[in-house]
Parts: sequence; C-alpha cells; structure tokens
Amino acid sequence: MFDWLQHFADWLIYSVCGIGANTHLGTALNFFIYDTIKILILLFIIVFIMGIVNTYLPIERLKNYLNKNKLYGLEYLFSSIFGAITPFCSCSSVPLFIGFVQGGIPLGVTFAFLITSPLVNEVAIAMFLGMFGVKATLIYVSSGIMLGTLGGWILGKFNLEPLLSDWVKNIMAQKNQQDYYQEEKRTFKQRIPEITQNAWDIIKGVLIYIIIGVAIGGAMHGYVPENFFNKFLGGGQWWTVPLAVILAVPMYANAAGVVPIIQVFVAKGVPLGTAIAFMMGTVGLSLPEATLLKKVMSLKLIAIFFGVVTLAIIFSGFLFNMIL
Amino acid sequence: MSKVIKILGTGCPKCQAMTGVVKDVITENNIDANVEKVEDIMEIMKYNVMTTPALVVDDVITIKGRVPSKTEVLELLK
Repeated sequence: MFDWLQHFADWLIYSVCGIGANTHLGTALNFFIYDTIKILILLFIIVFIMGIVNTYLPIERLKNYLNKNKLYGLEYLFSSIFGAITPFCSCSSVPLFIGFVQGGIPLGVTFAFLITSPLVNEVAIAMFLGMFGVKATLIYVSSGIMLGTLGGWILGKFNLEPLLSDWVKNIMAQKNQQDYYQEEKRTFKQRIPEITQNAWDIIKGVLIYIIIGVAIGGAMHGYVPENFFNKFLGGGQWWTVPLAVILAVPMYANAAGVVPIIQVFVAKGVPLGTAIAFMMGTVGLSLPEATLLKKVMSLKLIAIFFGVVTLAIIFSGFLFNMIL
Repeated sequence: MSKVIKILGTGCPKCQAMTGVVKDVITENNIDANVEKVEDIMEIMKYNVMTTPALVVDDVITIKGRVPSKTEVLELLK
C-alpha cells in the first residue's frame, strides 16, 4: 500500500538531496520521511472515519441507550467500545463523567468508558498501524477495550458511590432533568467539511510530537546496539512488566511521541507485551487526568481507580508476553 | 434586544476556537450580542452537556462538542 511512498522517500533523499543510500544519515533520513508521511496519512484516514462514526453516534445516544435497555453485563463492553471511538480530550472527561452518572448510568459502566477513552484513541491507532502493522494494532485495540470492560466491571463491584465528591452526589440526587436527545438534522454533505476540519486540527495538534517521536526513534535505531535491552528488560523476568507499567503511569505523553520510541525498544529485544503495557501506562493514566478527576471524586476513589487500572495493565502485559 | 451568547468550555483548544469563530461572526456582521465564556465546570454542568465546547444562544443549547463554521454560527444568530 505504501510502495509509492518508499519510492518517493528514496528519490527525495538519494537523488534530490544526494545523500548516499549506504550512509548512516541517508538511511536514517529515508526512514524519517517514510515513517512520518505514512503515519500522517494513516492518522488522517482514521480520524476521518472516526469523525463520520461520531457524528452519527454521539455520546448522548449511548447514554440513552444504556439507560433504556437491560444488557446483562454487555453495558460494560458497549461503554468501553464507545470510549474507544470517542475522541479523547482530557478536558471533557469531567463533563462526560457527570453526564453519565446524572443519566443514571452505573458508576462501573462510567468507569469502563473512562478507562478506554484515553487508552484507545485515533492517534494511538494510527501510530500502531504505522509502526507495528495490522496484527499488533488489532491486539492493542481489542485488549484496550477488554481492559476497560473488565476494569469497569471490577470497579462496579465495589461500593464506590460514597467516595464521589459532594457536588456529584447532589447532582445524582436530583437526577435527570431532561433526558431526551435531539438528533442533528444535517445531511452527510453538510457534515463533511467539519469532519475534515477536525481531522486537520487533530493532525496539526500532534504533528510536532510525531516528528520528534519518529526522529528520536530513528536516532535510537542507529545508536542503540542490537539486543541491548535483552540484558535487563527482555530476558523474560517477570518483574519487568510491573516495573515498566509503574514507571509509565506518572509519565504523561502523547501516543504520537511514545510509539516510535517503543518500536525501537521492541526492535532491540524488549518483548511486545512489555512494550504495550508501558504504552498503556503512559497514555491511559496520568497525573493531569487525576487532577481533573479530583473535582468529581475523592482522592481515595482516584487511588482505587488508578490502582485497578494499573493492575489490569500489568496483567495484560503478562498475558501478551505469554501468547505473543 | 441583544442576544445572550454563552460559550461553555473549560478552556481547551477547541473551546478557544469556538470563541474565536463566534466573536468574528459578531463583529463582521454587527450583531447585537453579549458573549460570555463559562469556564467553571459546575456552571457548565447545569446545562447538561456532555461534550465541550457548547454554544448557548438565549439559554438554548445549539451546538455541542465541536467547533462550528462561521456560516453555521451566523445562521444561529440571525
């Protein structure tokens, strides 16, 4: 699919810039051009498709659907899938949280959404597709959705309502003023410009991270010796997964910047499962998110939330290393 | 009577983009309107929106979760 792009990169670097194909700089630049453009194209396609899905399946629809139907446990899965397809913005996590509990959605189901939303997002998917291929991407997406489903279900088993902030408890008490959702009546053609615009905006927002990430990844490729990480991260010692995740949680990074670096780790001997777990830790949980959530829940609840998700990520890291 | 326009949003880039669009439309078309930014999350939640930014014209939520185009805003303010 991207043969033409490889030809373009070859032509640009080797012919136009006149840097030899056998030089270190030549291959590195070639990689950089090829990877960056490929990821940008994939990102645009994915954001565009998700934009179409989103304009027809807004979050209010899920809320009403969950509210009206008995789903026998499937509500966790639906909520998690919706978290994956809804574009994540840390600034809307609080309104979403309130909207859900206000609409009478159980806390556990709300958490399922909240866990998956940052974990599986359009940027992460595009980066994974570009750097690891289709199979690894499918594993990443499905495990992210499973993780949200399970995490939400486990959190739903605890009695967590008393740990919400007073403000949220009040809102829950006065429940549901208006619960109807008005469908937008614009045609597909009318929606297209805005979807395209949105795709550009997302790309503009992450462009710099993609460039830096791919550049650092490219540089590391050249200078980190083969099997370098095998010595201390790849030997299959059980503690490498928890260590990777615990290091990752306080770090907050854009998926765009993390994936190219993780790709180097994997190429130099770190098991893919450990790498995916690390990535999930960086994008899925973060201190800025915790600060925002403080408005709606007590510190204790945030700690439980983060604890359960961290354990789930560690567990899935073990699982990947076993099956991959 | 001048219209009361409220922009609900906690200050994310999209909310700023919406504010920019609305203000441009108002000045370009000489619309008599009062723009207020609502950034307090507790205030925002009173409007029952789940996605920000949201545009409220005379207490009616007209757009939520996306940045509208100028023509769309002009239609709403007419």
